[in-house]
Amino acid sequence: MDLENQARIKELAEKYGPENLVVILGGAEAEASGLAAETVSNGDPTFAGPLAGVQLGLPAYHIFEEPIKSLVDAQVYDEQVSMMEMVLDVDAIVKEVATYREQYSKY
Amino acid sequence: MKDKKFIILGDRDGVPGPAIVECVKSFGGEIVFATTECFV
Repeated sequence: MDLENQARIKELAEKYGPENLVVILGGAEAEASGLAAETVSNGDPTFAGPLAGVQLGLPAYHIFEEPIKSLVDAQVYDEQVSMMEMVLDVDAIVKEVATYREQYSKY
Repeated sequence: MKDKKFIILGDRDGVPGPAIVECVKSFGGEIVFATTECFV
């Protein structure tokens, strides 16, 4: 994940408390989405950024996942997300993100 | 879930940040940071 974004997320967790935050991802493929979910929960696995060794424990969901999708107005979801849902490997992305969330999220 | 503060990490090749922002706004979620990453 982008190093500046890691710094920003760390600041936000300090400001608002990690228990009050949820990360929503729009990643195009499973590996990158899983990596982002891992970075915000268990720390940067590449040890390159500000979240290296920092276990914020934030829960990350992909926008495709039911707990988020079910909250979104159906027409808005249709206009903004549905097209990408048709072309991307939704099952693989959802499975990867959920795996890291269930393993490392503390909230 | 609706009472949480949301961090949005969109993807230029997937679902971009502004599209997710519209989704979160539709249920009244508070957005504290939104960006679109580029993995290329």
